Amino acid sequence: MLVYIIRRLMQAVLVMVVMSALVFAGIYLIGDPVAMMISPDASDVERDAVRAALGLDQPMWRQYLVFVNAAVHGDFGKSFLAGQPAMGLIFERLPATLELAFASLVISLALGLPMGVYAGLRPKSIGAKTIMTGSILGFSLPNFWVGLMLIMTFAVLLPDLLPWWPRLPASGRGATVDLLGLKLSLFTADGWRHLLLPAITLSLYKGALIVRLARATAREVLPMDYVKFARAKGLSESRIVGVHVLKNIMIPIATVSGLEFGQTVAFAVVTETVFSWPGVGKLLIDSILLLDRPVVVAYLVVIVFFFVALNLAVDLLYSVLDPRVRLESRAS
Amino acid sequence: MTDAALEPALPPPPQTPFRRVISDFCESKLALFGLFLVAIALFIALFAPLISPQNPFDIAGLDLLDAKSPPGSVSGDGKMTYWLGTDGQARDMMSAIFYGMRISLFVGFTSVVAALIIGIVVGLVAAYAGGRIDALLMRIVDIMLSFPAILVALILLSLLGKGIDKVLVALILVQWAYFGRAARSAALVERNKEYVEAAACLALPAYRIVFRHILPNCLPSLIVIATITLARAIALEATLSFLGVGVPVTQPSLGMLISNGFEFLMSGSYWISFFPGIALAIAIVGINLAGDHLRDVLNPRNLR
Repeated sequence: MLVYIIRRLMQAVLVMVVMSALVFAGIYLIGDPVAMMISPDASDVERDAVRAALGLDQPMWRQYLVFVNAAVHGDFGKSFLAGQPAMGLIFERLPATLELAFASLVISLALGLPMGVYAGLRPKSIGAKTIMTGSILGFSLPNFWVGLMLIMTFAVLLPDLLPWWPRLPASGRGATVDLLGLKLSLFTADGWRHLLLPAITLSLYKGALIVRLARATAREVLPMDYVKFARAKGLSESRIVGVHVLKNIMIPIATVSGLEFGQTVAFAVVTETVFSWPGVGKLLIDSILLLDRPVVVAYLVVIVFFFVALNLAVDLLYSVLDPRVRLESRAS
Repeated sequence: MTDAALEPALPPPPQTPFRRVISDFCESKLALFGLFLVAIALFIALFAPLISPQNPFDIAGLDLLDAKSPPGSVSGDGKMTYWLGTDGQARDMMSAIFYGMRISLFVGFTSVVAALIIGIVVGLVAAYAGGRIDALLMRIVDIMLSFPAILVALILLSLLGKGIDKVLVALILVQWAYFGRAARSAALVERNKEYVEAAACLALPAYRIVFRHILPNCLPSLIVIATITLARAIALEATLSFLGVGVPVTQPSLGMLISNGFEFLMSGSYWISFFPGIALAIAIVGINLAGDHLRDVLNPRNLR
């Protein structure tokens, strides 16, 4: 197990080095960040001064080495535009994104799991068929369009038509509360109002996935001997479903929601753009459009690290939930 | 079913696998509905220039006074009705959607076919060669798949710049790995079958065994993956265009049209974003409904 973890970590470091070099080279080749930052009528002398101050007059390989040396010490350079350390900028924005992703995970599990289990228990019922067709809509409809339509409905049309309908905010993040140095909006009513629409938008795809997965697993588990045995013992249906079936459904659900959590953080780029949510996704888009090199590279390093860690965590969680995995690794 | 029971006992027609797939597919009304939606989208895309009331790329033909007309309003010169309204540049939304569908489907289809071909070559080579080549290729595939497609495409396009060709490159690069892995696992199963052994005994060259014997038997499962990937590719292109790193303004895809309507949404001009989204949904939902059932039909576990 330890060898496995060490090997995975080494692979992760390699991936991070390769990715950062590729992105660094790619961003180096296109565009001139100085042109974006300085007014067009600045003199050449001023331009060169800015360039030298940012280290852009050095050859490419030296820029990369300087970058790697600093990166190892946790310094990813300063954002060309904000003038702050890029890493600090990302960590400042990260709570907002994680909060959004977490809220959407909770929504998709709370809605998707019961619907999926129901569809698995009564596959022929009309309710189950409606749920399954709805789940196809859930992962077919383009995420950003759903977001726009939610804005249209709950922030514009409904409040315009019905005076008593509460107008939900269409952009930004609500009031935040400091918790251990993190700014979280989960604990204020205003924060929830702002969070609701983006979280629903983001949860749609994953919710649909969880519905389908829960249904498929439920149908696989139901004919198993231990379920029949539980029935033969005369256990109540709620205990059979709630304990015996649900426990086994949780294994794939945990894997997928863990892996999908990474996808959600990545996909938050889109939702954050629609709702002007001040998270890392919006930061990435803004930095890409404005050629803010240090921020893009720092974001990438963070996200690669995040994904590798996540994959590892899911594997470990898997061995906790499914004792068979643990036994196998111990036997080998 | 009851009709068949009433018929006199004719010998049943020989059921080829192809016929079985067709008849199984037609059993699901939902799948047929999906196919119907796909047919609509295809029709619109193929005949856009013929059925559009207006050429949305012809700026001279636009009357700015008609900008942001709601659906059903008549144009200023009284010649035509804007059934789906107009956008901020007075383009007829219906025509813009027809042309946009063309671009969206073209990008999705081309990228999936190219990714499928690359994936097949990589997957089959890995499966047949085995050993180090296999390990190396699959490591690359693993790394590609461990990152979300949207993020990789976003970074790639931020490096490449805008343009349909660049969107194609990005979509192919993020999609080939799915097919590579699927082709390899399908080919590994086929590889150990007797007909491959027989072909090897005939001393056929490796490329012939791989592409003429193994490949045709792997294709059904790959085609199912391709349909579902096609839906994802169309959605991904729309998303990238929405984020502003996709197709150029001069060739608006459906995603671009939705994005253009974003700024007018808050002022109540819903139709500029709403209708292109419906068109996009028709294409994607149709493909998914049909593809979802096709997977059930072609799944060997469900053979009766």
